[in-house]
Amino acid sequence: MLVYFLRRLGQSLLVIAAMAVLVFIGVYAIGSPIDMMIAPDADQAEMEAAIARLGLDKPLWEQFFIFVSNALQGDLGNSFVYATPAAELILSKLPATLELAFLALVFAVFLGVPLGMIAGLKPNSIAGKTIMTGSIMGFSLPNFWQGMMLIFVFSVILRGFLPSGGRGETVDLLGIPVSFLTADGLSHMLLPAINLALFKTSLVIRLARAGTREAALQDYVKFARAKGLSERRIVLVHIAKNIMIPVVTILGLELGSMIAFAVVTETVFAWPGMGKLLIDSIQALDRPVVVAYLMLTVFMFIVINLVVDMLYCLLDPRVRLSEAKA
Amino acid sequence: MCAVSLAAVMASPVAAQELKIGLSSEPSALDPHFHNLGPNNAMRRHMYDSMVLQDESQQLKPGLATSWKPTDDTTWEFTLRQGVTFHDGSPFTARDVVYTVCRIPAVEDSPSSFTVYTKAIAGLEVKDDHTLIVKTDKPYPLLPVEVSTWGVLSATANGVAGDITFSRDGCSGTGDFPKTQAFNDGSKANGTGPFKFKEFTRGEKIVLERNESYWGDKPAWQTVTFRPITSNGPRVAALLAGDVDMIDKPPLQDLERIKSEGFEVAQGLSNRVIYLHFDHEQEPTPGIDGTGGKNPFKDMRVREAVSKAINREAIVARIMGGVAVPAGELLPQGMFGSTPGAEHDGYDPDGAKKLLADAGYGDGFKLVLGSPNDRYINDAQIAQAVAQMLARVGITTEVDAMTKSTFFARRNKYEFSLYMAGWGSGTGEMSSPLRALVATRDKEKGMGGTNRGRYSNPELDAMIEKALATVDDDKREAILREASQVAMKNYAILPLHYEVTPWAYRKGLSYTPRTDQYTIATGVTPAN
Repeated sequence: MLVYFLRRLGQSLLVIAAMAVLVFIGVYAIGSPIDMMIAPDADQAEMEAAIARLGLDKPLWEQFFIFVSNALQGDLGNSFVYATPAAELILSKLPATLELAFLALVFAVFLGVPLGMIAGLKPNSIAGKTIMTGSIMGFSLPNFWQGMMLIFVFSVILRGFLPSGGRGETVDLLGIPVSFLTADGLSHMLLPAINLALFKTSLVIRLARAGTREAALQDYVKFARAKGLSERRIVLVHIAKNIMIPVVTILGLELGSMIAFAVVTETVFAWPGMGKLLIDSIQALDRPVVVAYLMLTVFMFIVINLVVDMLYCLLDPRVRLSEAKA
Repeated sequence: MCAVSLAAVMASPVAAQELKIGLSSEPSALDPHFHNLGPNNAMRRHMYDSMVLQDESQQLKPGLATSWKPTDDTTWEFTLRQGVTFHDGSPFTARDVVYTVCRIPAVEDSPSSFTVYTKAIAGLEVKDDHTLIVKTDKPYPLLPVEVSTWGVLSATANGVAGDITFSRDGCSGTGDFPKTQAFNDGSKANGTGPFKFKEFTRGEKIVLERNESYWGDKPAWQTVTFRPITSNGPRVAALLAGDVDMIDKPPLQDLERIKSEGFEVAQGLSNRVIYLHFDHEQEPTPGIDGTGGKNPFKDMRVREAVSKAINREAIVARIMGGVAVPAGELLPQGMFGSTPGAEHDGYDPDGAKKLLADAGYGDGFKLVLGSPNDRYINDAQIAQAVAQMLARVGITTEVDAMTKSTFFARRNKYEFSLYMAGWGSGTGEMSSPLRALVATRDKEKGMGGTNRGRYSNPELDAMIEKALATVDDDKREAILREASQVAMKNYAILPLHYEVTPWAYRKGLSYTPRTDQYTIATGVTPAN
């Protein structure tokens, strides 16, 4: 396990280095941030001073060198627009995004797995077919449109049944503002969390259904049945446990993308999370924030994947054994 | 239905004192001197007064100064208002203005500094607590308008007890200035404005409270909450759902819908002109084909032909849904320096073809028109319409529309022979667009900053410079009118239309539209 861990760690560092080069060049090569943030009536002298202050007059390689040497000391640069450290800015948005992503994850798991298993156990029943049709909708309708429809139905038509956006009331939990502990906060979270969860729920339904159909025909299930175990125990213990590996893998990856790229949902619902910050920063060409964001995202994906791989080892003894030999 | 009307009845007493506004763009900070840009400047006006104020049509009116006058060519005397206090109770005196002017250049990492509006100040002298003498290097008529762009801080509240001596190279006696963060978290958010800081969570909300001891008309609202909702659809939805009482910049295509749902829309002419700028410099010029390497725009007949080929009325009617006004100058009628009755060229495709033939381009040529697609109202569609109109007179035009950050970067590298952009006059007078857009580029003089067509006309430059040194308002306005006519007559630049800014709000409110496009809660009143 330790060898396995170390090898994965080495690969991860390589990925981070490669991404640093790609992201930095990609973001710093386009556009002109000065024109986005300086008042139009600033004269040329002001403009040149602003360019020099941000170091944009230096050649790209020099800017990259400064970025890397600062990054190695844990400093991802200051936001052009807010003049505060970019990493700090992003992390201040993290709680809002995390609680939304986790609520969406809960929806995806607790709706997706049971529904998928029902569809898998009774594929030809009306319930099974309805679930599968619903999941196709969840897949194929654009996220943005789903969000607008949720707002339209629950906020506009049902005038104020649920708020159309924003974060609502927050309370401090260990010094971090969270919404899920207040009724107002929860009501604000509901629509965006559903919006974020719809696609993932559909995905989980499909995975769970396929897994269930496969597992139901396996010898160990037949054996369990022959042993006279109750149907309930067969489904909840023998089948459920065995379909979880692909579900955990996919959700691990999807959790990452829900945290990092909830851009559409956060924009539609004006949810003050990291995705909204990213899109605002891209529009304002706030380069340090975009770069820091992408670097933190890369870092997070790598950590999540590492954790998922470790989880495999725990869930499936075969992985544990083969990795120990390698 | 029952539940809805009941909710409405129960909500109304609260709503009378509380106002929620959905904003299309969020200020980057609540520090009044951090970032000289629209959203920040609008928010600043709630909490921090300036010596001179700008009303809805950007006319100057007394603020913290009750009157001001030039005492000689380079000296101005401001008489300050008596009995004004800051939010913390400390009295307002001339020393606070000196403190403010000293702080502006000292703001750390300001993305766009307010020094553009203070650097004309050569000296400041506190004659007594309520009289301030301002010295400039040369005659400087824009001083009153420039002091209207920055809010005043309290020296006392920031721990300064003694005298402050102003100097351009660094003041003395100011101590350490408060940091931007101290304004964002409210600890130093202390002005004289009609509203006080209550809460700011970036990306989420800004909450302001009425200043009960305000010197002017007290606002109608006990609490005002601003929520940034940057996407158009969700912002409209928030209004329709009743989550906010008012939104700025509703998309033009949604105005009918908003009205049909029982909401109100206010519209007002803005100070922003949308224009086409020619490349007056390069030869050959990028994107032009079929002219044998020549830059056709150096020929005034071609520029006039382009103007005549464009049907401004059609653009306003079809693309802008009537929510814009065709432009014949760089500043709308009625603003300082505009010529009464100034007309734009009429739509005359035949005349345009004839002019092109006279200029030797009877067979037309190929052109690429650069335009942003997310900066001005319906910008890419306007560019498309212009391209089709030019095609009809033989100039085969391809539109290259792109996101604003890329567009401005390319424009500043002179990559377009014809581009579309907009200019809002921050000072509300003609000197602003003339100086920025058509004066010869000159870093020393601070002229032609946005003249990316590199137009140059010494006669016009001389007039602009003369206007900028004429303190007498009537004389200055006459010179500006003349200069504007010279620029128009020479087709230095082609104004297309003035943007009209819409606001939408629930029934029972009213808002007086502002030419500077700012959304200011003091202008929102319960309609009677």
